[in-house]
Amino acid sequence: MKLKKIILSVFASLFLFSSTLSADTIRIATEGAYPPWNSKSEDGKLIGFEVELANWLCIYMERDCKIVEQDWDGMIPALRMRKYDAIMAGMSITDERKKVITFSQGYADEVASLAVMKGSDLEGMDTPEGINLSLGGKDVKAALKTITGALAGKTVCTQTGTIHQNFLESGDVGSVDVRTYKTQDEVNLDLSAGRCDAALAAAVAFTDYAEKSGKDVVLVGPTFSGGHFGNGVGVGLRQEAQFGSDSALGQRDAQLLKDFNKAIDQARKAGKISELATKWFGFDASM
Amino acid sequence: MDLELIITSFPKLLGATVITLKLLSASLFFGLILGLFFAILRLNKNKLVRGFAYGYSYVFRGTPLLVQIFIIYFGLGQIEYLRTTFLWVILKEPYWCAIIAFSLNTGAYTSEILRSAFETIKPGIVEAGRSLGLNKMFIFSKIQIPIAIKQSLPAYGNEIILMLKGTSLASTVTLLDITGVAKFIISTTFRPIEVFIVAGSIYLFITFLVHNLIKYLEKKYRYQ
Repeated sequence: MKLKKIILSVFASLFLFSSTLSADTIRIATEGAYPPWNSKSEDGKLIGFEVELANWLCIYMERDCKIVEQDWDGMIPALRMRKYDAIMAGMSITDERKKVITFSQGYADEVASLAVMKGSDLEGMDTPEGINLSLGGKDVKAALKTITGALAGKTVCTQTGTIHQNFLESGDVGSVDVRTYKTQDEVNLDLSAGRCDAALAAAVAFTDYAEKSGKDVVLVGPTFSGGHFGNGVGVGLRQEAQFGSDSALGQRDAQLLKDFNKAIDQARKAGKISELATKWFGFDASM
Repeated sequence: MDLELIITSFPKLLGATVITLKLLSASLFFGLILGLFFAILRLNKNKLVRGFAYGYSYVFRGTPLLVQIFIIYFGLGQIEYLRTTFLWVILKEPYWCAIIAFSLNTGAYTSEILRSAFETIKPGIVEAGRSLGLNKMFIFSKIQIPIAIKQSLPAYGNEIILMLKGTSLASTVTLLDITGVAKFIISTTFRPIEVFIVAGSIYLFITFLVHNLIKYLEKKYRYQ
């Protein structure tokens, strides 16, 4: 009898502890594995630029929020299944993603860069400091040609389902051997192990790794923006049409988009985004 | 449900089946050799040899396959000394890392299957061989091993099916097997249900073939 009681109470407590969120709590998903955008502290708490910004946006919206963790490769499908209401995970605003979800206005700018280990023959690529693929023009074409030549026959590693993967597979830099990983951590590990000739990700992801691990990871070539790299990072939200624009769920999703846009305006005006960006990136990446 | 996506993803996933089958057959081949070797060690009279074989089986059956593949791929890759040796030629490739992990894993299970099969052979059969003047090696290779293989077929068929599903973990070390390609398609279409249904069906079909092959072999090698 005693055993039965114990088992019952264990099950009862399991149910009690499983989320008792009120209906108007906004659940915001982040990856927790893409420092300094979002990551986890040593004791397992979610930290980073977007975790703090999310909390501030909720203060401006005067709403309760809960930040939840989600693997990158399931990020968009789980949003569409209403497992949470918003994504803040260094997700760039791209046309491809806009086909299935919607975005708030951008809150921060992300530039991408190639990285190699010190001593690689890819070092010293003769390209401009940064290229914007949306602008096009002679300089961009010349830079892409230089990169295409340098990367021919090389293995380039990147995270699955990112703008970086899309760019590498777009043919803009010829046909490189692309290897994709579930997380940026794994990309970093294999870059330093020498399995990758180069890697492509947000420039800050590499500088952060180099600083924390002490590994000789260096950025090469130009920084990339525009085109496949999208137009800044924004909050990913459900399209109001997904659950029907007239339905209660659809209207709630539409309202959430308005609320986030307003809160981002407020945070920007108050200088909060610049402040947090400078704190986490070392420079003002706000937009 | 997006029927078009199901139709367009099918040929891509079918193409990836080649990698899955390559991983499966290579792992089963090396695993069978390892399994037989360690099963024989388990029957050795020396306590130390037996202990070593038991230790191998205990470690690889007692830890998750995902952990094993991560240790071999990401773990060994971090040892700088290893990267200067000839071993790195093999360990650098995700394909070989996956095969090493899978072979060691299935080898452990196979050694248990074969050991128990050897133990079920009645002593009288071996004694009968000896009384005919056959030598030990001959008895082992021509009597004990064939009986053990027959005995272990049902359990080994099970192991093949488990290993087939295990190969899906190759996608975690960048290989584009069925699961790897499925994840790749999802990363651009954001529709997991349709793609995983197709991927799951392909696994199911391979299982169906393996199951029937084992059933056929069981029938063929039944005691007359």
